Amino acid sequence: MMNSIILNTTARLLLPWLLLLSLVILYRGHNLPGGGFIGGLAAASGFILYVLGPGIDKARQVLKIHPETLIGLGLLISMGSGLLGIIAGKSYMAGLWMTGFTLPLLGKVHLGTPLLFDIGVYLAVAGFTLLTLFALAEIKE
Amino acid sequence: MMNNLVILPIFVPFICAVLCLIFRSTNAQRFLSLSGGVGATLAAGLLLQIVHQENHLVLHLGGWSAPFGIVLVADLFSSIMVLISSIMGILVTVYSLRDIDERRKKLYYFPLFNFLIMGVNGAFLTGDIFNLYVWFEVMLIASFVLLALGGERRQLEGAFKYVAINLVSSALFLAGAGLLYAKVGTLNMADIALKLSDQPDSILINSTATLFLIAFGVKAALFPFFFWLPASYHTPPTAVSAIFAGLLTKVGVYALIRSFTLFFNENFAVAQDLLLGLAALTMITGVLGAAAKYDIRKILSFHIVSQIGYMIMGLALHTSLALAATVFYIIHHIIVKTNLFLIGGIVEKLKGTGDLSKLGGLYKALPWLAVLFFIPAFSLGGIPPLSGFWAKFGLIKASLEIETYWIAGIALVVGIMTLFSMTKIWVEAFWKKEPQALLNHKTQKNLKLLYAPAIIMAAMTIYLGLFGQSVFGLAERTAEQLLNPSLYIEAVLEIEL
Repeated sequence: MMNSIILNTTARLLLPWLLLLSLVILYRGHNLPGGGFIGGLAAASGFILYVLGPGIDKARQVLKIHPETLIGLGLLISMGSGLLGIIAGKSYMAGLWMTGFTLPLLGKVHLGTPLLFDIGVYLAVAGFTLLTLFALAEIKE
Repeated sequence: MMNNLVILPIFVPFICAVLCLIFRSTNAQRFLSLSGGVGATLAAGLLLQIVHQENHLVLHLGGWSAPFGIVLVADLFSSIMVLISSIMGILVTVYSLRDIDERRKKLYYFPLFNFLIMGVNGAFLTGDIFNLYVWFEVMLIASFVLLALGGERRQLEGAFKYVAINLVSSALFLAGAGLLYAKVGTLNMADIALKLSDQPDSILINSTATLFLIAFGVKAALFPFFFWLPASYHTPPTAVSAIFAGLLTKVGVYALIRSFTLFFNENFAVAQDLLLGLAALTMITGVLGAAAKYDIRKILSFHIVSQIGYMIMGLALHTSLALAATVFYIIHHIIVKTNLFLIGGIVEKLKGTGDLSKLGGLYKALPWLAVLFFIPAFSLGGIPPLSGFWAKFGLIKASLEIETYWIAGIALVVGIMTLFSMTKIWVEAFWKKEPQALLNHKTQKNLKLLYAPAIIMAAMTIYLGLFGQSVFGLAERTAEQLLNPSLYIEAVLEIEL
């Protein structure tokens, strides 16, 4: 593993910004290019930098929870978002929307079950990418 | 919204699999898998009970109306299949508790198993051709990993063949679905059936039918696409081969029956001779392949192939009795075949090998195991009054009724040869004197958990044989539904034809 100060510092500084960027991508995905899948990949890429720079152990420390748990939670949220439709007396996976409201910075906000579904996809994709990545990074030469 | 019940047999295994990923201790996984198996079985039972009264239960996912959104459709055929596969799921889960080693359990055996059951149930319940493709993939990806899990040399060899041929078949299926979509502009299976019924374009129908026949034929292990099955099914742990043997090829058979009774019902005559020929060749090659083998699981694998031939024979005859017999045959076969693999696995656990030339003396040592083997083995061979006899009887009677004597003859001869194979296992493993080498083998203790599912399945076989009238009645109603696809179309599209 190479030990470059520039890479180490950049990885540390970029991680929060990349996570923020991934959340933006996730949020705008309903009507514009973006969404849970690509957002999850962007989030994972922050940790890829961390693995390349400070190393796999540090990356695991920062992530705090197991990637498997991330996958599980993500899938749970996605499939669970469909249940809300049943609770509302409609079909499974029926879309439900809150009334729109305005927030500073974000403008008009429409929250609904599709976003919840996308959050699940985001977590599952990030978890899967990290699980694969950590497994690859831990292969001894 | 009672319709939402249709999602349950898919949802329950899914939740179990996901919770297994979150709670990773082996005890939690055991508990989750067992309760999930029970939950899925109860849900499937409830579904069948409702469909029994209502004939069809359709769920328009997300509330999108029929040809536009994805629908899940439970008719009698799919709910029967879902119930039987959920029962097999829970029984094989019990078997896995002891059969699967700790290392594989740590490598996500239970989540994968639940994902497999979810994929199988999804494939049975979907009413959308592209969604069917997706469920096939869910099922296949879970099965790829289960097959290779553990990474033994022979496992990887088997898994490679399995993956390669299944990818080809998936591509062909996708090509068929794409062709259909380009021509009729819909993916909803009921809508496709409606649009194909007044479609004069015979090239479209023939090419799609052929692509589907090959794609599903590979999954069902139909002649000449069966070779991957005997090459891979004996390699993974017993519990895995048992659930594969019971369920996976039957999903292919289900897809064949569904597509040929729904899409090509009006034009069935085109495919009839081809299907009959393939069914006959499948029966014969399977049983001949088994005769040449000398390992319990390899013999059983070849017998799956020959039994698939019977099911396709019922489809090809395309009469009410033949289809009823096919449905009964599938139920009987799933139980019996899974059970035989489980019992073969017990023998392997006890003696350390499944090679018939090295086995022997089991009847003297374990008479109850011999009885346990006798029931499914001779049911498979078609000995009355066990379930296999009634299944074969129905098929042969149906073929005599429409005067296709040659296929009846082949079915009878193959039945006798199946019996010969089962007798071979019986004589070699159970009756023969125990070879010297084996006396030194240290047998594992505490196999009670392995026996329990095998005993339950044997009881189910006997029940189907002695009191099968009600099940056969259900199969007859199923056949009526399959032969009248307009009922399915009306239920899904909510129209009057």
